[in-house]
Amino acid sequence: MINQSDIEIDRLETAQQTEGLRRIAIDPVSRVEGHGKVTLLLDENDRVQQARLHIVEFRGFEKFIQGRPYWELPVLVQRLCGICPVSHHLAAGKAIDQLVGVDQLTPTAEKVRRLMHYGQLLQSHALHFFHLCSPDLLFGVNSSVAERNVVGVLNAHPELAKQGVLLRKFGQEVIRVTAGKRIHGSSAVPGGVNKSLNKEERDYLLQDMDQMIEWSQAALETAKSLFMQDLEYSRNFARINTHMMSLTGKNGEMDLYHGGLRVKTMDGNVLLDQVDYRDYNQHIHEQVKPWSYMKFPYLTALGKHQGDYRVGPLARLNVCDSIDTELAEAARVDFRAFADGGMVQSTLAYHWARMIELLYCTEGIRDLLHDDDLLGKDLQIKGEMRPRGIGVIEAPRGTLFHDYDINEDGLVTRANLIVSTTNNNRAMNQSVRRVAADLLDGREVTEPLLNQIEVSIRAYDPCLSCATHALGKMPLEVELLDSEGKRVHRLVKDSKGQLSE
Amino acid sequence: MSLKPVAVLAYGNPSRGDDALAPCLLDRIESMLSNQQIPDTCELINDFQLQIEHTLDIQGRSQLLFIDASMNATAPFEFSDLQAAQDDSISSHALSPAALLTVYEQVHHETAPHAFLLAIPGYEFELGEPLSRQAEDNLRQATEFCAQLLSDQRLEHWKSLVSR
Repeated sequence: MINQSDIEIDRLETAQQTEGLRRIAIDPVSRVEGHGKVTLLLDENDRVQQARLHIVEFRGFEKFIQGRPYWELPVLVQRLCGICPVSHHLAAGKAIDQLVGVDQLTPTAEKVRRLMHYGQLLQSHALHFFHLCSPDLLFGVNSSVAERNVVGVLNAHPELAKQGVLLRKFGQEVIRVTAGKRIHGSSAVPGGVNKSLNKEERDYLLQDMDQMIEWSQAALETAKSLFMQDLEYSRNFARINTHMMSLTGKNGEMDLYHGGLRVKTMDGNVLLDQVDYRDYNQHIHEQVKPWSYMKFPYLTALGKHQGDYRVGPLARLNVCDSIDTELAEAARVDFRAFADGGMVQSTLAYHWARMIELLYCTEGIRDLLHDDDLLGKDLQIKGEMRPRGIGVIEAPRGTLFHDYDINEDGLVTRANLIVSTTNNNRAMNQSVRRVAADLLDGREVTEPLLNQIEVSIRAYDPCLSCATHALGKMPLEVELLDSEGKRVHRLVKDSKGQLSE
Repeated sequence: MSLKPVAVLAYGNPSRGDDALAPCLLDRIESMLSNQQIPDTCELINDFQLQIEHTLDIQGRSQLLFIDASMNATAPFEFSDLQAAQDDSISSHALSPAALLTVYEQVHHETAPHAFLLAIPGYEFELGEPLSRQAEDNLRQATEFCAQLLSDQRLEHWKSLVSR
């Protein structure tokens, strides 16, 4: 790796002048709603002058939600994202609890929701690790494009890949059992849930439980060993130093469903703790930049220039003080020891942290399935209506905020959602710039080098797809334009993976 | 409960304009099943997109029908024979049907069930929008086609209906 740590990556957000610079766009326009797009500006010596990640946000979701009755929200918002519908379902569910004046659910309702949430995290983390990022990690970022995919993993590591399929399927079965259906579930209702589990459902899930925990442990070991096998690279690749945020429980323990907001600064000090998430907009502001549809949240206490933070598995493992399941807690201690108790800032450590959470979720599912509250019949409580409801949850990719105002008729008049990927927008941009500065600067741009930029983004597991899909869109197109926008070179990967100019 | 020999997999987001074509058609097929217009030998599977776990849903089937909205199919629909293929969707959150068949063969070490794709042209994919008028018309004709297709689920019958 080229060591150019002295390069100030902040300056790569905007080139001082763009005249005469070449523009490279990594533009995987594979879905109608749009995906991430990276643009690089290079000078005549291939020195990087500007690097930006643009993400098209969920377009028009406020309009989509406004005017709808509040009780529809948990079902409606699942359609914002086909990748993590359950996270939106539960965040909206928590918000409408507030709207109906309920601050504390019955034990049965809360545990059913937690179970569903763990199922969602499990299936999401399994897909990402085994099938989306493992090709880079197992074969190396410089391996051939033909090998660097799930089929390559299935060929070279069939058992590992199959475990990924079955772990994901198990997580989805947890969702199906709790929601009553595979998708478009209506489990979360105002003040509770609409069903609990029966004994047959519980026993059905329990029969595979030990196997799932065993595979989760193996996945964690794999993730850790892949991180350790080239420690220098893992430690420094796309590394940035940021503050970190997540929900934690009252005693600082990891809590993915509910808790107070905690922020640790990049040097490990606690900046905010047990902040009521309904006050989130006092602590987080969103900056708009003219070159991106997506906002850039920052911590108000530190300002827009110093207030970058990260969310998601890496942040959660850094922010919490403990985990309340045995195996995951041991893994957390091991993880934190890697940084001698300090903050683990390596971007590639996201994968390691994600697998600790995978293990936490399988252990958590097991513990919940042994809790008879899950079979209870006390499902829903009522309160006095309120005009505003805010629900926050730790989704697979990080902290997810849903904030709604309703009128006297119960119709939504305002909606504000900060999705996990938006929270990581600044950090992902910084990681892209880190890679551009360390690896691309002054070099001829090649596919493996461009892939390293994607690897840095992929570590965050950003949710770039919004469930819209249709056949026939071009999955990858890279264009090299001159400073006047004239195309100098174009490389296209077609729907069969063939490259052409 | 015995496994039904035919699986119909429809995928799309019902709240994104014409991306709802496949879920809408699946609803209509469900009605046909309820009304006993078609034999009860097919299982209906609805999802936002195809992913690796669907290899488990299609295991043990003799025949598959995938239904999706399409940006480039010819109106009112195209019905085609599918082969396993490793396309670029293999690295994404949403597999193509052909990629799913490839993953199936790698996971299960056996040839994937015989598969067909019903691609219905869609035109507008905005969040919160209903089906476009053209898509509605395509859906109507695709529904009539499915009634014919699913009334006789023999492989030879389906092959005879593949778009020329």
